[in-house]
Amino acid sequence: MSKHTLSVLVENSPGVLARVAGLFSRRAYNIDSLAVGPTENPKISRMTIVINVEGHPLEQVMRQLDKLVNVIHIAEVIDSKSVQAELLMVKISATSKNRFDVEAVVETYEAKIVDEDATSVTIEATGDTAKIADLLSALERFGIRELVQSGLIALERGSVALSDRTLSTSGIPIADGVQADYQN
Amino acid sequence: MSKAMNGASSLVKSLESAGVDVMFGIPGGAILPAYDPIFDSKIRHILVRHEQGAGHAATGYAQVTGRVGVCIATSGPGATNLVTPLADAAMDSVPLVAITGQVPSVAIGTDAFQEADIRGITMPFTKHNYLVTNPDDIPRAIAEAFHIAGSGRPGPVLVDIAKDALQKETNFVWPTSINLPGYHPQTTPENGAISDAAALIAQSSKPVFYVGGGVIKANASHELLQLAQLLGAPVVTTLMARGAFPDSHTLHLGMPGMHGTVAAVTALQKADLLIALGTRFDDRVTGKLSSFATHAKVIHADIDPAEIGKNRFADVPIVGDVKETISALIPALKKALEKNRPDLTAWLRQMYSLRSTYPLGYDKPADGSISPQYVIERLGKISGPDAIYVAGVGQHQMWASQFVSYEKPRTWLNSGGLGTMGYSVPAAMGAKVGAPNTTVWAIDGDGCFQMTNQELVTCALNNIPIKVAIINNESLGMVRQWQTLFYEGRYSNTSLESKRIPNFPMLAEAMGCVGLSCDRPEDVDKTIEKAMSINDQPVVVDFRVFRDAMVWPMVAAGTSNDDIMIARELAPDWDSQEL
Repeated sequence: MSKHTLSVLVENSPGVLARVAGLFSRRAYNIDSLAVGPTENPKISRMTIVINVEGHPLEQVMRQLDKLVNVIHIAEVIDSKSVQAELLMVKISATSKNRFDVEAVVETYEAKIVDEDATSVTIEATGDTAKIADLLSALERFGIRELVQSGLIALERGSVALSDRTLSTSGIPIADGVQADYQN
Repeated sequence: MSKAMNGASSLVKSLESAGVDVMFGIPGGAILPAYDPIFDSKIRHILVRHEQGAGHAATGYAQVTGRVGVCIATSGPGATNLVTPLADAAMDSVPLVAITGQVPSVAIGTDAFQEADIRGITMPFTKHNYLVTNPDDIPRAIAEAFHIAGSGRPGPVLVDIAKDALQKETNFVWPTSINLPGYHPQTTPENGAISDAAALIAQSSKPVFYVGGGVIKANASHELLQLAQLLGAPVVTTLMARGAFPDSHTLHLGMPGMHGTVAAVTALQKADLLIALGTRFDDRVTGKLSSFATHAKVIHADIDPAEIGKNRFADVPIVGDVKETISALIPALKKALEKNRPDLTAWLRQMYSLRSTYPLGYDKPADGSISPQYVIERLGKISGPDAIYVAGVGQHQMWASQFVSYEKPRTWLNSGGLGTMGYSVPAAMGAKVGAPNTTVWAIDGDGCFQMTNQELVTCALNNIPIKVAIINNESLGMVRQWQTLFYEGRYSNTSLESKRIPNFPMLAEAMGCVGLSCDRPEDVDKTIEKAMSINDQPVVVDFRVFRDAMVWPMVAAGTSNDDIMIARELAPDWDSQEL
C-alpha cells in the first residue's frame, strides 16, 4: 500500500470536482481523502487529494489528472517538506463521572471541547493524520457516538507558492478559420 | 469588433469563424433557435436520420480531411444519441465538436421535458466539455472547443448550450486569443530524448517500427517512410495505422495484433527494440502484456504523456507531435548511424521468411459459395489504393484490414478502439462529404448494416453517392467465430437470417439507392464493376457469402502473442524458422 498526497490547482469552474472524481472512479484509482476549497486567487481552487496507489504508478495517475483541461497544476506533497492537517469533530459519551478523564485526553492532544451536555461532549481537533488517529483511539474507551472528519490539507514549507509557478496570463492567439492550423 | 445579435446567431457566426464548412445534425426543441440562423448560413448542414449517424459522419469527415468534424443535436435523446460516436471518437482520437441544445437554464435540474445532463454523461469520453448558460460565453466556448479538439492528441469536445442562451441578445465578439491555463500540449520533443532514441536505435540488432494511428493524425507518413528507409528496419502498422506506410513496401510486415500477420506479430515478439510511434500498446496488439515483446527495449513517442508508460515501460519516452519527433529523429539517427550502423540483414531475412511462409490467405468454401475474403480482396483490387474504405466492426472489418492493400494515409477508416458496430455507413457518408471526388466504399457486415443503414436515405437525398458492400454471412460473424472456437459451437443468438430477411437490395431501393446482389464467385468482379460505374446514386451490394469463414491468424483474447494460430488448432511451424 502506497499513499501519496497531491496538491492540485484547478480552475474554479462548474463541474471540475465531478471531472476529478469521475477520473479517479473510471480509472480505478483509490482516493483516501479529498479536500477542496478556495485559494488566494478567486479563479482557482485547490484540491488536496490523498491517494492510495496500488497497481498504478503515481506518475500515471498524475498524467491522467493533468489531461483534464481544468487542472492547472499538480504537485506531490512530501510529508517531511510540508505542514499537514485534518480537522476532526467527535461526539463521545461523557458524564460527570468521567468528564475529568475526557478533559485530560483533550488537553494531551491540544484539542478542545466545543459542545457538551449531561451525557456527551463534542471535541474538535486538528492535526496530521497520525495525531488524529491517536486521539481517536484514546477516545474510544469513552464510546464514540458520532464523528466527522475532513480530508487532509497540506502546504509546502518555505516561501514558495505553488501558484507562482503555474499561472501565465498570455493566451494563444487565434485567427478566423482557426481550423486551418490543424491540418499540418 | 462586436455585433448585436441573439445567442443562436452568435453560435453560427462562431462556427463560421472557426472555419466550419459542413455539419451533420437534427433539430429539436432546445436547439431550435440555432436552426434559424443555420438556414441562412454558408455552412452546409446535412440533415441526418439519427443523431448517431451525425456523430459518425462527423468522424468520417474528420478522419478523411484532418479537420475538426462537427455534429449538432437537440437536448435529451438527441444528445444521448451522440454518446456512442463521442465515445468512439475519444477512443480513436478523432477531432470532433458536438453542439447540443439544453433545456432553458431555469429548467436545468428539474427533470424538464427532454432534459439530460449531457455534460455529466459525456465527461468520461470527451477531451473537454462545456455547459453554456450565458450567451456572451458562446464565442469563447466554441473557439476553445475547436482548439482543444484539434490540437495535441485530438479528441471530441461537447458544447451544451441552454435554450435561453441561444434566445437572449448578446454581442458577438470572436476572441483573438485563447487562454487555457491547464492546457498546453507539448508538440516539440526534447532534444535529449531524440538523441537517446537515436543512440538506442544504432545499438539495436532487431529493431521494428511499431506504427500507430498517431502517424496518420500528425500527417507524418512521408517522414515515417524516410525514417524507415534510413534505418532499413521492418515496419508494422496497427489497425488504426493501416495506410500510414505503404503495404507494398518491402519493409512492411503487415498488421500486428489479435488478427495480425505472423510476421508482424513475431517481429514485435522477437525484437530487441520497439520504435513505437503514435501508438498506445492496446491489448489487441500486445496480447497478454506480461509476455509481450519480452526481449525488447522500448522507444515510445506519443503526444499524450499519459500513454507513455501506461501499459508498457518506455526506456526512452518522447512526448511530442510524431511528425516533429520523426523529423528530429532523422538527422540524429543519420549521425548515430555514421558511427555505428547495425547489420540488420539476418533480422530482415528472418522476418521476410516468415512473411513469405505465412502470408494472409483463406480457403475456398467447399460448397461453391463466395468466400467473404475474396469479395474484399477483389473490391480492393478493382477500386484501387486511391479509394477510401470504411469498415464496420467484426469479421468483415478484420478482412478489410487484411485483404485490401493500403498505400496512402486516410484511406482506411474504422472503429478501432470502441469497436462500434454501425460505424460504417454513416462514417462513409461523412468521408464522402469530405472527399467528394473519391470513391468511398463502406465495407459492412449484415449485422452492422442493420444498425445504421437509415443514413442511406440521407446519402440519397443529399447527393452523397457512397458504395456499400454488405458482407452477408447471415450472422454476427465474429461472435459466431468465438462461439465456434470457445463455446463448442453453441450459436446462441448469433444467427441473423439476413439472407432471408431483410431483402437488402429492396431495402436499398426503398431508400433511394441502387440495390444489387451477388451469390456466385464468378459474379463478384462484374458486380463490383457495376457498382463502380454508378456515381450519381448510392449503391448497396448484398454479397451473400460463406457463413463459416473465420478470421486468421488469431491470438485468442488474454493469451500470449507467442501462441498465435494460423488456423484452427494450427500454430506456425516455429522449428523450421531460425529465430
